Amino acid sequence: MTQFVLQARGLTKHYGHVVAMDNCDFDLRAGEILAVIGDNGAGKSTLIKALTGAVIPDSGEIMVNGEPVHFRSPLDARKAGIETVYQELGVAPALDITQNLYLGREQRRKGLLGTVFRKLDKSAMRQGSARQMADLGIRVQSIRQKVDTLSGGQRQAVAVARVAAWATSVVIMDEPTAALGVRETNQVLQLIERVRENGLPVVLISHNMPNVWQVADRIHIHRLGRRIAVVEPDSTTMEEAVAVMTGAKQPEALA
Amino acid sequence: MTKLDDAVLLEKEDRAGPWRAALSSQIAGPLAALVLAIVIFSATTDSFLNPGNLSLIAQQSVVVGTLALGQTLVILTAGIDLSNGAIMVLASVVIGNLATDGNVLGALLAGLATCLVLGLLNGVLVSQFSLPPFIVTLGVLSVLTAAARLYTDSQSYPITSEFLTALNEGPAFGGVTITYGVMLWIGLTAILGYALTQTAWGVRVYAVGDNPRAAALTGIKVKRVLLSVYLTAAVVYAFAAWQALGRTPTADPSGYATANLDSITAVVIGGTSLFGGRGGVVGTLIGALIVTVLANGLTQAGIDSLYQQVGTGVLVVIAVAVDHFVRTRQTR
Ligand SMILES: Nc1ncnc2c1ncn2[C@@H]1O[C@H](COP(=O)(O)OP(=O)(O)O)[C@@H](O)[C@H]1O
Ligand SMILES: [Mg+2]
Repeated sequence: MTQFVLQARGLTKHYGHVVAMDNCDFDLRAGEILAVIGDNGAGKSTLIKALTGAVIPDSGEIMVNGEPVHFRSPLDARKAGIETVYQELGVAPALDITQNLYLGREQRRKGLLGTVFRKLDKSAMRQGSARQMADLGIRVQSIRQKVDTLSGGQRQAVAVARVAAWATSVVIMDEPTAALGVRETNQVLQLIERVRENGLPVVLISHNMPNVWQVADRIHIHRLGRRIAVVEPDSTTMEEAVAVMTGAKQPEALA
Repeated sequence: MTKLDDAVLLEKEDRAGPWRAALSSQIAGPLAALVLAIVIFSATTDSFLNPGNLSLIAQQSVVVGTLALGQTLVILTAGIDLSNGAIMVLASVVIGNLATDGNVLGALLAGLATCLVLGLLNGVLVSQFSLPPFIVTLGVLSVLTAAARLYTDSQSYPITSEFLTALNEGPAFGGVTITYGVMLWIGLTAILGYALTQTAWGVRVYAVGDNPRAAALTGIKVKRVLLSVYLTAAVVYAFAAWQALGRTPTADPSGYATANLDSITAVVIGGTSLFGGRGGVVGTLIGALIVTVLANGLTQAGIDSLYQQVGTGVLVVIAVAVDHFVRTRQTR
């Protein structure tokens, strides 16, 4: 039986007269890459924010591993093992790679040095981040490099490495490749596949259809505030999916 | 495969760590400038390189240098504190006034409390109300400048207590007197340097100054970090007030009128970025020394002290240009 890691039923969110989510459902299976596609303003980001505690839905239910949860803040979602990469906002450029990976979760030394003098355990954190970067196949000259010396793709890789390091149930990425060139985009896509290989399911929001068809196991099509179809890249063409996404075709028309 | 490479690379770096970090960072430039200035003045004047003069340079640097340590914390968060000199002056007249009763320790604590209340005011306005630090501290500067004069009726208090002027005393090592004030300055630099580079608080201060939204998204309580910075800076300003009473044993409400800008100068020459997130207190200590060495050396060389201001100005521009270059550099 398929295990669902993250689910939502009947999510609704109104902003004044705007209905950002309209009885929206969502299902993420263990170990899959689920792409979420939809027109601008379809409500994708609102859905993601609801799933990560950044927006509290007017109604509806969210479940983690089948258990209902009520996220009041992004911190609650993080405690449930859900980590998010936000577009362009992921990293602090003046800090080095290790500091970025451990930001907000710094490790202190054992004993008096840690408890009284609050001393950081820099070597443990460096080893941890070197291991994390290696596990994801991210190559950098040095783990001490400041992030502003990295290319755009490497920076995004650091942001992905951080969420992958701390996520214990789900990794969510909102348009992680929007600002990147072709080669760098491919690096990040490979990274997303690595995260899946390491056992974490990934939710990928993207406007780039070829990218989506390249990595996704399933595709959630979003339109007018709700999920109108879930398709698989093997059995649905990009043209068909885009037609459904834009309303040119009814979802029932899909095989 | 990558695992092994990285592990090897890491080990090699860890050994070279502290030195490499110190030399590669922003400190290298200011340190080179300081050494260069010392070498030039030592070679061109007879009086510069003598124990008494070197000791004097350190003492002359102490008040602005200490203020600049607090200023560094604020600037690291991409803020600026125009009120630090005025806070120090108000604290020193409060101390001077209360000390006339003879309760010197109580007076000193009242000075600390004055700094903390004003640091809290700046910190709350900046963090909780998200007001720009430039405007907040400009306003506080204006109010305090008047407040210090109203409080003292524009009089100054002579300081007679030995305890209050003790920071200007100290042991001599081979003819070089190291005052307790200088030791305190170096000690504060060491403590703040440790806090900034070796604790999670420090990492968060840099992160908040560098990219506050990214910091917030990682769960850092940005407002709390900002408030802690203004409060810590306030404690440092209280020490500066004590230093000032040692340097000139009068609490003068109209003294140190340019100390705020001088402290910013020391911070900038010391390599800390006005845009936040880069720099540190050791650089600031060097920056404060550079300014004093320039003034002192040019005087020894018999050159008009106006050229000291020219030299300082040039260094500020160079420092800002270097910072701009560092922040906008892109590899590949
Ligand atoms: N905070 C908000 N206040 C008002 N309207 C909002 C807010 N967030 C989203 N919306 C509206 O909700 C709709 C869905 O937005 P969004 O979830 O960002 O869509 P998408 O990410 O698919 O482009 C849009 O019409 C948008 O204008
Ligand atoms: Mg969006």
